Amino acid sequence: MAKKNNQKVMKNLKKKLKKDIIDIVQPRENRIYMRVKPEKAPGIVEYLFSKYKCKLCTASGMDMREGIEIIYHLAKEDENMIINVKTLIPYSKLEIESIGKKIKAFRWIEREINEMLGVKFKGHPDMRRLLLADSFPKGKYPLRKNFKNSDVTDEDYDYERSGI
Amino acid sequence: MKQTIIPLGPYHPLLEEPEHFKLYVEGEKVVDLDVEIGYNHRGIEKLSESKTWDQVPYLVERICGICSTSHPMAYCLAVEDLVGCEIPKRAQLIRVVVCELERIHSHLLWVGLAGHFIGYNTVWMWAWKYRETILEICEKLTGNRNHYAMFKPGGVRRDFNKEQIEFALEKIVDVEKPIRMLTDAILDDPVIHKRLKGIGVLTKREAVNYSALGPTSRGSGVPWDVRYDEPLDGFKDLKWKVIVQKDGDVFSKGVVRLLECFESVSLIKQALLNLPEGGAIDADIKEVPQGEGCGRYEAPRGEVFHYVRSDGSNMPYRHKVRAPTFNNLPTFKASCKGETIADVALITASIDPCYCCTERVAVVDKNNNEKILREKDLVKLSVGKTKNIMKKIGKTPALYNLEI
Repeated sequence: MAKKNNQKVMKNLKKKLKKDIIDIVQPRENRIYMRVKPEKAPGIVEYLFSKYKCKLCTASGMDMREGIEIIYHLAKEDENMIINVKTLIPYSKLEIESIGKKIKAFRWIEREINEMLGVKFKGHPDMRRLLLADSFPKGKYPLRKNFKNSDVTDEDYDYERSGI
Repeated sequence: MKQTIIPLGPYHPLLEEPEHFKLYVEGEKVVDLDVEIGYNHRGIEKLSESKTWDQVPYLVERICGICSTSHPMAYCLAVEDLVGCEIPKRAQLIRVVVCELERIHSHLLWVGLAGHFIGYNTVWMWAWKYRETILEICEKLTGNRNHYAMFKPGGVRRDFNKEQIEFALEKIVDVEKPIRMLTDAILDDPVIHKRLKGIGVLTKREAVNYSALGPTSRGSGVPWDVRYDEPLDGFKDLKWKVIVQKDGDVFSKGVVRLLECFESVSLIKQALLNLPEGGAIDADIKEVPQGEGCGRYEAPRGEVFHYVRSDGSNMPYRHKVRAPTFNNLPTFKASCKGETIADVALITASIDPCYCCTERVAVVDKNNNEKILREKDLVKLSVGKTKNIMKKIGKTPALYNLEI
Protein backbone atom coordinates (compact mmCIF):
# COMPACT_ATOMS: atom_id res chain seq x y z
CA MET A 1 0.00 0.00 0.00
CA ALA A 2 1.14 3.54 -0.71
CA LYS A 3 3.43 5.10 1.84
CA LYS A 4 2.72 8.33 3.65
CA ASN A 5 5.65 10.34 2.34
CA ASN A 6 3.61 12.92 0.59
CA GLN A 7 6.09 15.77 0.88
CA LYS A 8 8.79 13.72 -0.83
CA VAL A 9 7.45 14.10 -4.38
CA MET A 10 6.87 17.80 -3.84
CA LYS A 11 10.44 18.29 -2.61
CA ASN A 12 11.90 16.26 -5.49
CA LEU A 13 9.96 18.21 -8.08
CA LYS A 14 10.91 21.54 -6.57
CA LYS A 15 14.56 20.57 -6.53
CA LYS A 16 14.66 19.20 -10.07
CA LEU A 17 12.43 21.66 -11.89
CA LYS A 18 12.79 24.77 -9.77
CA LYS A 19 13.66 27.27 -12.48
CA ASP A 20 10.96 26.11 -14.91
CA ILE A 21 7.96 26.20 -12.59
CA ILE A 22 5.82 29.33 -12.22
CA ASP A 23 4.00 27.99 -9.16
CA ILE A 24 3.33 24.63 -7.55
CA VAL A 25 0.69 23.71 -4.98
CA GLN A 26 -0.47 20.59 -3.18
CA PRO A 27 -4.09 21.22 -2.19
CA ARG A 28 -4.75 17.59 -1.19
CA GLU A 29 -2.61 14.84 0.22
CA ASN A 30 -2.09 13.15 -3.13
CA ARG A 31 -2.59 15.84 -5.76
CA ILE A 32 0.03 18.28 -7.06
CA TYR A 33 -0.79 21.08 -9.49
CA MET A 34 2.01 23.01 -11.16
CA ARG A 35 1.91 25.83 -13.67
CA VAL A 36 4.62 26.12 -16.31
CA LYS A 37 5.34 28.08 -19.49
CA PRO A 38 4.19 26.48 -22.77
CA GLU A 39 7.72 26.23 -24.15
CA LYS A 40 8.91 24.38 -21.03
CA ALA A 41 5.88 22.07 -20.62
CA PRO A 42 6.77 19.28 -23.10
CA GLY A 43 10.27 18.94 -21.63
CA ILE A 44 8.93 18.69 -18.10
CA VAL A 45 6.25 16.15 -19.02
CA GLU A 46 8.79 14.05 -20.92
CA TYR A 47 11.07 14.13 -17.89
CA LEU A 48 8.23 13.08 -15.59
CA PHE A 49 7.17 10.24 -17.90
CA SER A 50 10.56 8.82 -18.85
CA LYS A 51 12.90 9.58 -15.96
CA TYR A 52 10.53 10.03 -13.02
CA LYS A 53 8.54 6.92 -14.04
CA CYS A 54 5.08 8.44 -14.11
CA LYS A 55 2.13 6.93 -15.95
CA LEU A 56 0.13 9.06 -18.35
CA CYS A 57 -3.44 9.37 -17.11
CA THR A 58 -4.50 11.77 -19.81
CA ALA A 59 -4.31 15.39 -20.89
CA SER A 60 -7.22 17.83 -20.79
CA GLY A 61 -7.54 20.90 -22.92
CA MET A 62 -9.85 23.68 -21.88
CA ASP A 63 -10.90 27.03 -23.21
CA MET A 64 -9.93 29.70 -20.67
CA ARG A 65 -11.00 32.62 -22.90
CA GLU A 66 -7.51 34.20 -22.85
CA GLY A 67 -6.11 31.02 -24.35
CA ILE A 68 -6.26 27.25 -24.31
CA GLU A 69 -5.05 25.59 -21.15
CA ILE A 70 -3.61 22.11 -21.41
CA ILE A 71 -3.27 19.98 -18.30
CA TYR A 72 -1.13 16.87 -18.44
CA HIS A 73 -2.27 14.45 -15.75
CA LEU A 74 0.49 12.06 -14.72
CA ALA A 75 0.32 9.49 -11.95
CA LYS A 76 3.27 8.40 -9.86
CA GLU A 77 1.82 5.10 -8.74
CA ASP A 78 4.41 3.99 -6.19
CA GLU A 79 4.16 7.31 -4.36
CA ASN A 80 0.38 7.55 -4.71
CA MET A 81 0.43 10.96 -6.35
CA ILE A 82 -1.24 12.63 -9.34
CA ILE A 83 0.96 15.35 -10.81
CA ASN A 84 -0.90 17.87 -12.98
CA VAL A 85 1.22 20.03 -15.28
CA LYS A 86 -0.73 23.05 -16.49
CA THR A 87 0.23 25.37 -19.29
CA LEU A 88 -1.69 28.23 -20.89
CA ILE A 89 -1.24 28.68 -24.64
CA PRO A 90 -2.33 32.15 -25.79
CA TYR A 91 -4.79 32.47 -28.70
CA SER A 92 -2.23 34.57 -30.57
CA LYS A 93 0.06 31.57 -30.98
CA LEU A 94 -1.85 28.31 -30.60
CA GLU A 95 0.97 25.82 -30.82
CA ILE A 96 3.09 23.66 -28.60
CA GLU A 97 5.84 21.10 -29.13
CA SER A 98 4.45 17.56 -29.55
CA ILE A 99 5.37 14.96 -26.94
CA GLY A 100 3.89 12.20 -29.10
CA LYS A 101 6.79 12.30 -31.53
CA LYS A 102 8.95 10.69 -28.82
CA ILE A 103 6.45 8.97 -26.51
CA LYS A 104 3.71 6.91 -28.15
CA ALA A 105 1.29 7.16 -25.25
CA PHE A 106 0.68 10.86 -25.96
CA ARG A 107 -0.22 10.54 -29.65
CA TRP A 108 -3.95 9.97 -29.41
CA ILE A 109 -4.68 12.57 -26.79
CA GLU A 110 -2.78 15.20 -28.79
CA ARG A 111 -4.86 14.36 -31.84
CA GLU A 112 -8.01 14.78 -29.74
CA ILE A 113 -6.98 18.17 -28.34
CA ASN A 114 -5.99 19.30 -31.82
CA GLU A 115 -9.40 18.63 -33.36
CA MET A 116 -11.49 19.68 -30.36
CA LEU A 117 -9.70 22.92 -29.45
CA GLY A 118 -7.46 23.73 -32.38
CA VAL A 119 -4.05 23.56 -30.73
CA LYS A 120 -1.26 22.72 -33.13
CA PHE A 121 1.25 20.11 -31.95
CA LYS A 122 4.55 20.71 -33.72
CA GLY A 123 6.27 17.58 -34.97
CA HIS A 124 3.39 15.14 -34.34
CA PRO A 125 3.86 12.17 -36.70
CA ASP A 126 0.18 11.53 -37.48
CA MET A 127 -2.18 14.48 -37.11
CA ARG A 128 -5.37 13.00 -38.62
CA ARG A 129 -8.70 13.46 -36.92
CA LEU A 130 -9.39 11.00 -34.14
CA LEU A 131 -13.01 11.42 -33.03
CA LEU A 132 -14.65 13.93 -35.36
CA ALA A 133 -15.79 12.91 -38.82
CA ASP A 134 -13.51 13.72 -41.73
CA SER A 135 -16.36 15.68 -43.24
CA PHE A 136 -16.71 17.99 -40.21
CA PRO A 137 -15.95 21.57 -41.35
CA LYS A 138 -12.41 22.79 -40.89
CA GLY A 139 -11.71 25.58 -38.44
CA LYS A 140 -14.63 24.76 -36.11
CA TYR A 141 -13.65 23.56 -32.65
CA PRO A 142 -16.52 22.02 -30.66
CA LEU A 143 -15.02 22.21 -27.18
CA ARG A 144 -14.35 25.95 -27.31
CA LYS A 145 -16.71 27.99 -25.19
CA ASN A 146 -17.88 30.16 -28.09
CA PHE A 147 -18.96 27.15 -30.16
CA LYS A 148 -22.71 26.72 -30.56
CA ASN A 149 -24.54 23.85 -32.15
CA SER A 150 -26.02 26.24 -34.69
CA ASP A 151 -22.48 27.11 -35.88
CA VAL A 152 -22.35 23.95 -37.93
CA THR A 153 -25.20 23.15 -40.31
CA ASP A 154 -25.59 20.31 -42.77
CA GLU A 155 -24.34 22.45 -45.62
CA ASP A 156 -21.02 23.00 -43.87
CA TYR A 157 -20.15 19.33 -44.01
CA ASP A 158 -17.65 18.49 -46.68
CA TYR A 159 -18.71 14.99 -47.71
CA GLU A 160 -16.21 14.81 -50.52
CA ARG A 161 -13.39 14.76 -48.00
CA SER A 162 -14.85 11.75 -46.20
CA GLY A 163 -15.30 9.88 -49.46
CA ILE A 164 -19.09 9.52 -49.18
CA MET B 1 5.75 -10.06 -50.77
CA LYS B 2 2.69 -8.14 -51.83
CA GLN B 3 0.99 -6.21 -49.05
CA THR B 4 -2.77 -6.38 -48.75
CA ILE B 5 -5.03 -4.21 -46.62
CA ILE B 6 -7.79 -5.97 -44.71
CA PRO B 7 -10.37 -3.68 -43.15
CA LEU B 8 -11.92 -4.98 -39.93
CA GLY B 9 -15.01 -2.93 -39.24
CA PRO B 10 -16.42 -0.26 -39.11
CA TYR B 11 -18.65 -2.34 -36.85
CA HIS B 12 -15.94 -4.12 -35.07
CA PRO B 13 -16.44 -7.55 -33.48
CA LEU B 14 -14.84 -6.68 -30.20
CA LEU B 15 -15.83 -3.43 -28.58
CA GLU B 16 -19.24 -2.06 -27.96
CA GLU B 17 -18.26 1.01 -29.93
CA PRO B 18 -18.05 0.62 -33.66
CA GLU B 19 -14.49 1.07 -34.82
CA HIS B 20 -12.36 0.33 -37.79
CA PHE B 21 -9.08 -1.57 -38.00
CA LYS B 22 -6.93 -1.56 -41.09
CA LEU B 23 -4.72 -4.64 -41.12
CA TYR B 24 -1.73 -4.53 -43.41
CA VAL B 25 -1.00 -8.17 -44.16
CA GLU B 26 1.64 -10.08 -46.07
CA GLY B 27 0.15 -13.49 -46.71
CA GLU B 28 -1.27 -14.51 -43.34
CA LYS B 29 0.99 -12.30 -41.23
CA VAL B 30 -0.12 -8.90 -40.01
CA VAL B 31 2.75 -6.45 -40.52
CA ASP B 32 1.08 -3.24 -39.42
CA LEU B 33 -2.24 -2.03 -38.13
CA ASP B 34 -4.12 1.23 -38.07
CA VAL B 35 -7.05 2.02 -35.77
CA GLU B 36 -9.80 4.49 -36.62
CA ILE B 37 -12.35 5.42 -34.00
CA GLY B 38 -14.94 8.15 -33.68
CA TYR B 39 -18.00 6.46 -35.18
CA ASN B 40 -19.70 6.70 -31.84
CA HIS B 41 -18.60 10.16 -30.72
CA ARG B 42 -21.47 11.64 -28.71
CA GLY B 43 -19.97 14.82 -27.29
CA ILE B 44 -20.56 13.85 -23.68
CA GLU B 45 -17.82 16.18 -22.37
CA LYS B 46 -19.49 19.15 -24.02
CA LEU B 47 -22.96 18.05 -22.89
CA SER B 48 -21.72 17.67 -19.33
CA GLU B 49 -20.87 21.39 -19.23
CA SER B 50 -24.58 22.14 -19.50
CA LYS B 51 -25.74 19.77 -16.72
CA THR B 52 -25.80 20.50 -13.01
CA TRP B 53 -23.41 18.68 -10.68
CA ASP B 54 -26.15 16.26 -9.62
CA GLN B 55 -27.29 15.48 -13.17
CA VAL B 56 -23.86 14.52 -14.49
CA PRO B 57 -23.72 11.04 -12.81
CA TYR B 58 -26.76 9.95 -14.87
CA LEU B 59 -25.09 11.22 -18.01
CA VAL B 60 -21.71 9.55 -17.44
CA GLU B 61 -23.44 6.33 -16.43
CA ARG B 62 -24.56 6.05 -20.02
CA ILE B 63 -21.05 6.28 -21.48
CA CYS B 64 -20.76 2.52 -21.27
CA GLY B 65 -23.32 -0.17 -20.55
CA ILE B 66 -20.86 -2.57 -18.93
CA CYS B 67 -18.86 -0.06 -16.86
CA SER B 68 -21.99 1.74 -15.77
CA THR B 69 -20.81 2.20 -12.19
CA SER B 70 -17.18 3.02 -12.93
CA HIS B 71 -17.81 6.34 -14.66
CA PRO B 72 -20.17 7.72 -11.99
CA MET B 73 -17.75 6.45 -9.34
CA ALA B 74 -14.78 8.28 -10.91
CA TYR B 75 -16.88 11.42 -11.40
CA CYS B 76 -18.10 11.36 -7.78
CA LEU B 77 -14.52 10.88 -6.57
CA ALA B 78 -13.45 13.87 -8.68
CA VAL B 79 -16.18 16.10 -7.23
CA GLU B 80 -15.37 14.89 -3.70
CA ASP B 81 -11.71 15.67 -4.36
CA LEU B 82 -12.72 19.17 -5.46
CA VAL B 83 -14.97 19.77 -2.45
CA GLY B 84 -12.62 18.01 -0.04
CA CYS B 85 -15.23 16.01 1.85
CA GLU B 86 -15.07 12.53 3.28
CA ILE B 87 -17.93 10.17 2.67
CA PRO B 88 -19.53 8.03 5.42
CA LYS B 89 -18.23 4.52 6.03
CA ARG B 90 -21.50 2.83 5.13
CA ALA B 91 -21.61 4.60 1.78
CA GLN B 92 -18.00 3.61 1.05
CA LEU B 93 -18.77 -0.07 1.57
CA ILE B 94 -22.00 0.06 -0.45
CA ARG B 95 -19.91 1.49 -3.28
CA VAL B 96 -17.44 -1.37 -2.95
CA VAL B 97 -20.24 -3.94 -3.24
CA VAL B 98 -21.82 -2.41 -6.35
CA CYS B 99 -18.47 -1.83 -8.06
CA GLU B 100 -17.20 -5.35 -7.45
CA LEU B 101 -20.48 -6.94 -8.63
CA GLU B 102 -19.97 -5.05 -11.85
CA ARG B 103 -16.41 -6.32 -12.14
CA ILE B 104 -17.48 -9.97 -11.81
CA HIS B 105 -20.24 -9.71 -14.39
CA SER B 106 -18.01 -7.86 -16.82
CA HIS B 107 -15.18 -10.40 -16.50
CA LEU B 108 -17.55 -13.36 -16.88
CA LEU B 109 -19.02 -11.76 -20.01
CA TRP B 110 -15.53 -11.51 -21.47
CA VAL B 111 -14.61 -15.09 -20.57
CA GLY B 112 -17.80 -16.36 -22.19
CA LEU B 113 -17.24 -14.47 -25.42
CA ALA B 114 -13.58 -15.46 -25.61
CA GLY B 115 -14.65 -19.07 -25.15
CA HIS B 116 -17.21 -18.79 -27.93
CA PHE B 117 -14.63 -17.28 -30.23
CA ILE B 118 -12.14 -20.12 -29.91
CA GLY B 119 -14.92 -22.69 -30.27
CA TYR B 120 -15.51 -23.51 -26.60
CA ASN B 121 -19.23 -22.97 -26.48
CA THR B 122 -19.47 -24.78 -23.15
CA VAL B 123 -17.34 -22.08 -21.58
CA TRP B 124 -19.61 -19.46 -23.10
CA MET B 125 -22.78 -21.06 -21.76
CA TRP B 126 -21.36 -21.71 -18.32
CA ALA B 127 -19.82 -18.28 -17.87
CA TRP B 128 -23.04 -16.55 -18.85
CA LYS B 129 -25.12 -18.85 -16.69
CA TYR B 130 -23.20 -17.85 -13.57
CA ARG B 131 -23.16 -14.22 -14.66
CA GLU B 132 -26.94 -14.34 -14.46
CA THR B 133 -26.75 -14.94 -10.68
CA ILE B 134 -24.59 -11.83 -10.32
CA LEU B 135 -27.13 -9.79 -12.28
CA GLU B 136 -29.87 -11.12 -9.99
CA ILE B 137 -27.94 -9.83 -6.99
CA CYS B 138 -27.54 -6.46 -8.74
CA GLU B 139 -31.27 -6.31 -9.37
CA LYS B 140 -32.11 -7.16 -5.78
CA LEU B 141 -29.65 -4.64 -4.32
CA THR B 142 -30.10 -1.71 -6.67
CA GLY B 143 -33.33 -2.34 -8.55
CA ASN B 144 -31.62 -2.68 -11.92
CA ARG B 145 -29.60 -5.30 -13.74
CA ASN B 146 -27.50 -2.56 -15.31
CA HIS B 147 -27.32 1.23 -14.99
CA TYR B 148 -27.74 1.10 -11.23
CA ALA B 149 -27.97 4.88 -10.59
CA MET B 150 -26.59 4.28 -7.10
CA PHE B 151 -23.97 7.01 -6.79
CA LYS B 152 -24.09 10.71 -6.22
CA PRO B 153 -21.36 13.15 -5.24
CA GLY B 154 -20.93 12.67 -1.49
CA GLY B 155 -22.32 9.17 -1.11
CA VAL B 156 -24.90 6.77 -2.46
CA ARG B 157 -28.56 7.27 -3.27
CA ARG B 158 -30.05 4.09 -1.79
CA ASP B 159 -29.34 2.06 1.30
CA PHE B 160 -29.34 -1.74 1.58
CA ASN B 161 -31.82 -3.32 3.98
CA LYS B 162 -31.33 -6.52 5.96
CA GLU B 163 -33.23 -8.74 3.57
CA GLN B 164 -31.21 -7.53 0.57
CA ILE B 165 -27.91 -8.12 2.36
CA GLU B 166 -28.90 -11.66 3.33
CA PHE B 167 -30.01 -12.44 -0.22
CA ALA B 168 -26.74 -11.10 -1.67
CA LEU B 169 -24.56 -12.98 0.81
CA GLU B 170 -26.37 -16.24 0.17
CA LYS B 171 -26.15 -15.93 -3.62
CA ILE B 172 -22.53 -14.78 -3.71
CA VAL B 173 -21.46 -17.78 -1.60
CA ASP B 174 -23.45 -20.03 -3.95
CA VAL B 175 -21.89 -18.64 -7.08
CA GLU B 176 -18.28 -18.84 -5.92
CA LYS B 177 -18.10 -22.63 -6.24
CA PRO B 178 -19.25 -22.91 -9.87
CA ILE B 179 -16.97 -20.04 -10.90
CA ARG B 180 -14.08 -21.88 -9.22
CA MET B 181 -15.02 -25.03 -11.15
CA LEU B 182 -15.15 -23.10 -14.43
CA THR B 183 -11.82 -21.41 -13.75
CA ASP B 184 -10.10 -24.68 -12.90
CA ALA B 185 -11.52 -26.32 -16.02
CA ILE B 186 -10.23 -23.50 -18.21
CA LEU B 187 -6.80 -23.32 -16.59
CA ASP B 188 -6.35 -27.13 -16.84
CA ASP B 189 -7.35 -27.42 -20.48
CA PRO B 190 -4.35 -28.31 -22.68
CA VAL B 191 -5.94 -27.00 -25.88
CA ILE B 192 -6.69 -23.57 -24.40
CA HIS B 193 -3.09 -23.39 -23.23
CA LYS B 194 -1.82 -24.17 -26.72
CA ARG B 195 -4.33 -21.87 -28.37
CA LEU B 196 -3.89 -18.75 -26.23
CA LYS B 197 -0.35 -18.86 -24.84
CA GLY B 198 2.20 -16.78 -26.67
CA ILE B 199 -0.48 -15.06 -28.76
CA GLY B 200 -0.51 -11.26 -28.94
CA VAL B 201 2.29 -10.66 -26.47
CA LEU B 202 2.47 -7.15 -25.02
CA THR B 203 5.82 -6.81 -23.31
CA LYS B 204 6.19 -5.06 -19.98
CA ARG B 205 8.20 -2.31 -21.63
CA GLU B 206 5.56 -1.63 -24.27
CA ALA B 207 2.82 -1.71 -21.65
CA VAL B 208 4.62 1.07 -19.76
CA ASN B 209 5.39 3.01 -22.94
CA TYR B 210 1.74 3.04 -23.96
CA SER B 211 0.51 3.52 -20.35
CA ALA B 212 -1.69 0.43 -20.74
CA LEU B 213 -4.28 -0.02 -18.01
CA GLY B 214 -6.21 -2.65 -16.12
CA PRO B 215 -5.93 -6.35 -17.00
CA THR B 216 -3.96 -5.36 -20.11
CA SER B 217 -1.11 -3.96 -17.99
CA ARG B 218 -1.49 -6.45 -15.14
CA GLY B 219 -1.28 -9.32 -17.63
CA SER B 220 2.08 -7.90 -18.72
CA GLY B 221 3.54 -7.72 -15.22
CA VAL B 222 2.80 -4.04 -14.50
CA PRO B 223 1.00 -4.04 -11.13
CA TRP B 224 -1.12 -0.91 -11.61
CA ASP B 225 -4.45 -1.06 -9.81
CA VAL B 226 -5.96 2.25 -8.75
CA ARG B 227 -8.01 0.66 -5.97
CA TYR B 228 -4.73 -0.38 -4.37
CA ASP B 229 -2.45 2.47 -5.45
CA GLU B 230 -4.66 5.43 -4.66
CA PRO B 231 -5.80 3.74 -2.14
CA LEU B 232 -9.53 4.25 -2.44
CA ASP B 233 -11.74 4.70 0.62
CA GLY B 234 -13.49 1.47 1.45
CA PHE B 235 -10.96 -0.72 -0.31
CA LYS B 236 -8.06 0.13 1.97
CA ASP B 237 -9.54 -1.54 5.06
CA LEU B 238 -10.44 -4.78 3.29
CA LYS B 239 -8.13 -7.70 2.63
CA TRP B 240 -7.42 -8.49 -1.01
CA LYS B 241 -4.55 -8.64 -3.44
CA VAL B 242 -3.73 -7.38 -6.92
CA ILE B 243 -3.53 -10.18 -9.51
CA VAL B 244 -0.50 -9.89 -11.78
CA GLN B 245 0.67 -12.22 -14.56
CA LYS B 246 3.99 -11.88 -16.33
CA ASP B 247 3.63 -13.20 -19.88
CA GLY B 248 1.54 -10.48 -21.50
CA ASP B 249 -0.27 -12.85 -23.90
CA VAL B 250 -4.02 -13.40 -24.29
CA PHE B 251 -3.90 -16.26 -21.80
CA SER B 252 -2.37 -14.07 -19.06
CA LYS B 253 -5.04 -11.43 -19.53
CA GLY B 254 -7.69 -14.13 -19.23
CA VAL B 255 -6.11 -15.52 -16.07
CA VAL B 256 -5.99 -12.04 -14.53
CA ARG B 257 -9.70 -11.60 -15.21
CA LEU B 258 -10.70 -15.02 -13.89
CA LEU B 259 -8.68 -14.75 -10.69
CA GLU B 260 -9.89 -11.20 -10.10
CA CYS B 261 -13.43 -12.57 -9.87
CA PHE B 262 -12.48 -14.34 -6.63
CA GLU B 263 -10.91 -11.22 -5.16
CA SER B 264 -14.15 -9.44 -5.99
CA VAL B 265 -16.25 -12.17 -4.34
CA SER B 266 -14.08 -11.86 -1.24
CA LEU B 267 -14.36 -8.06 -1.26
CA ILE B 268 -18.16 -8.22 -1.56
CA LYS B 269 -18.42 -10.68 1.32
CA GLN B 270 -16.16 -8.60 3.55
CA ALA B 271 -17.96 -5.36 2.69
CA LEU B 272 -21.42 -6.81 3.34
CA LEU B 273 -20.37 -8.39 6.62
CA ASN B 274 -18.60 -5.24 7.85
CA LEU B 275 -21.39 -2.84 6.89
CA PRO B 276 -21.87 -0.56 9.92
CA GLU B 277 -25.36 -0.55 11.42
CA GLY B 278 -27.42 2.42 10.28
CA GLY B 279 -25.80 5.81 9.95
CA ALA B 280 -25.61 8.28 7.09
CA ILE B 281 -25.05 7.22 3.49
CA ASP B 282 -24.51 10.71 2.14
CA ALA B 283 -22.10 13.53 3.05
CA ASP B 284 -24.66 16.06 1.82
CA ILE B 285 -22.68 18.34 -0.47
CA LYS B 286 -24.61 21.61 -0.67
CA GLU B 287 -22.48 23.54 -3.12
CA VAL B 288 -19.38 23.04 -5.16
CA PRO B 289 -16.78 25.77 -4.63
CA GLN B 290 -14.35 27.10 -7.22
CA GLY B 291 -11.52 24.69 -7.87
CA GLU B 292 -10.52 21.49 -9.59
CA GLY B 293 -10.40 17.81 -8.80
CA CYS B 294 -9.23 14.51 -10.27
CA GLY B 295 -10.99 11.24 -9.66
CA ARG B 296 -9.94 7.83 -10.82
CA TYR B 297 -11.32 4.39 -10.33
CA GLU B 298 -10.36 0.94 -11.55
CA ALA B 299 -13.09 -0.16 -13.96
CA PRO B 300 -13.13 -3.81 -15.12
CA ARG B 301 -11.02 -2.78 -18.11
CA GLY B 302 -8.65 -0.37 -16.39
CA GLU B 303 -8.40 3.03 -14.84
CA VAL B 304 -11.20 5.51 -15.56
CA PHE B 305 -10.04 9.09 -15.15
CA HIS B 306 -12.29 12.10 -14.63
CA TYR B 307 -11.19 15.69 -14.21
CA VAL B 308 -13.61 18.45 -13.22
CA ARG B 309 -13.10 22.17 -12.88
CA SER B 310 -15.62 24.44 -11.22
CA ASP B 311 -16.00 28.19 -11.55
CA GLY B 312 -18.33 28.27 -8.55
CA SER B 313 -21.55 27.89 -10.54
CA ASN B 314 -23.91 24.91 -10.46
CA MET B 315 -22.37 23.29 -13.53
CA PRO B 316 -18.87 22.03 -14.32
CA TYR B 317 -16.75 24.52 -16.27
CA ARG B 318 -14.91 21.59 -17.81
CA HIS B 319 -15.34 17.88 -17.39
CA LYS B 320 -12.77 15.60 -18.95
CA VAL B 321 -13.47 11.88 -19.25
CA ARG B 322 -10.89 9.30 -20.18
CA ALA B 323 -12.00 5.70 -20.47
CA PRO B 324 -9.42 2.89 -20.19
CA THR B 325 -9.80 1.78 -23.79
CA PHE B 326 -8.39 5.12 -24.97
CA ASN B 327 -5.02 4.07 -23.58
CA ASN B 328 -5.37 0.37 -24.36
CA LEU B 329 -6.34 0.53 -28.04
CA PRO B 330 -3.02 1.91 -29.32
CA THR B 331 -1.22 -1.09 -27.76
CA PHE B 332 -2.46 -3.23 -30.68
CA LYS B 333 0.27 -1.66 -32.77
CA ALA B 334 2.70 -3.50 -30.50
CA SER B 335 0.79 -6.72 -29.83
CA CYS B 336 -0.72 -7.55 -33.25
CA LYS B 337 2.41 -7.34 -35.40
CA GLY B 338 3.52 -10.71 -36.69
CA GLU B 339 0.28 -12.46 -35.76
CA THR B 340 -2.17 -14.16 -38.14
CA ILE B 341 -5.59 -12.83 -39.11
CA ALA B 342 -7.28 -15.67 -37.16
CA ASP B 343 -5.61 -14.40 -33.99
CA VAL B 344 -5.97 -10.64 -34.46
CA ALA B 345 -9.69 -10.69 -33.70
CA LEU B 346 -8.89 -12.55 -30.48
CA ILE B 347 -6.03 -10.25 -29.51
CA THR B 348 -8.22 -7.22 -30.00
CA ALA B 349 -10.76 -9.04 -27.82
CA SER B 350 -8.22 -9.48 -25.08
CA ILE B 351 -8.50 -5.88 -23.91
CA ASP B 352 -12.26 -5.56 -23.97
CA PRO B 353 -15.19 -7.95 -23.92
CA CYS B 354 -17.94 -7.07 -26.35
CA TYR B 355 -17.70 -8.60 -29.78
CA CYS B 356 -21.24 -9.72 -30.25
CA CYS B 357 -21.70 -6.79 -32.63
CA THR B 358 -19.56 -8.34 -35.38
CA GLU B 359 -20.71 -7.13 -38.71
CA ARG B 360 -18.30 -7.97 -41.46
CA VAL B 361 -14.75 -8.19 -42.56
CA ALA B 362 -14.04 -7.31 -46.15
CA VAL B 363 -10.92 -8.62 -47.79
CA VAL B 364 -9.92 -6.09 -50.42
CA ASP B 365 -7.22 -6.91 -52.90
CA LYS B 366 -5.30 -4.24 -54.72
CA ASN B 367 -6.94 -5.40 -57.97
CA ASN B 368 -10.29 -4.36 -56.46
CA ASN B 369 -11.44 -7.91 -55.90
CA GLU B 370 -13.68 -7.82 -52.89
CA LYS B 371 -14.63 -10.64 -50.59
CA ILE B 372 -16.75 -10.27 -47.51
CA LEU B 373 -15.97 -12.26 -44.39
CA ARG B 374 -18.87 -12.23 -41.97
CA GLU B 375 -18.85 -13.04 -38.28
CA LYS B 376 -19.39 -16.73 -39.07
CA ASP B 377 -16.31 -16.84 -41.28
CA LEU B 378 -14.19 -15.15 -38.64
CA VAL B 379 -15.36 -17.61 -35.99
CA LYS B 380 -14.69 -20.45 -38.45
CA LEU B 381 -11.10 -19.27 -38.94
CA SER B 382 -10.54 -19.15 -35.21
CA VAL B 383 -12.29 -22.46 -34.48
CA GLY B 384 -10.34 -24.10 -37.31
CA LYS B 385 -7.11 -23.21 -35.59
CA THR B 386 -8.32 -24.76 -32.33
CA LYS B 387 -9.27 -27.94 -34.19
CA ASN B 388 -5.83 -28.20 -35.75
CA ILE B 389 -4.23 -27.96 -32.32
CA MET B 390 -6.54 -30.72 -31.07
CA LYS B 391 -5.52 -32.95 -33.97
CA LYS B 392 -1.88 -32.42 -33.08
CA ILE B 393 -2.45 -33.20 -29.42
CA GLY B 394 -4.64 -36.12 -30.40
CA LYS B 395 -7.55 -35.72 -28.00
CA THR B 396 -10.73 -33.76 -27.50
CA PRO B 397 -11.13 -32.37 -23.99
CA ALA B 398 -14.42 -32.88 -22.24
CA LEU B 399 -14.90 -29.11 -22.06
CA TYR B 400 -15.01 -28.79 -25.83
CA ASN B 401 -18.23 -28.69 -27.76
CA LEU B 402 -18.04 -28.08 -31.47
CA GLU B 403 -21.61 -27.29 -32.35
CA ILE B 404 -21.96 -23.73 -33.56
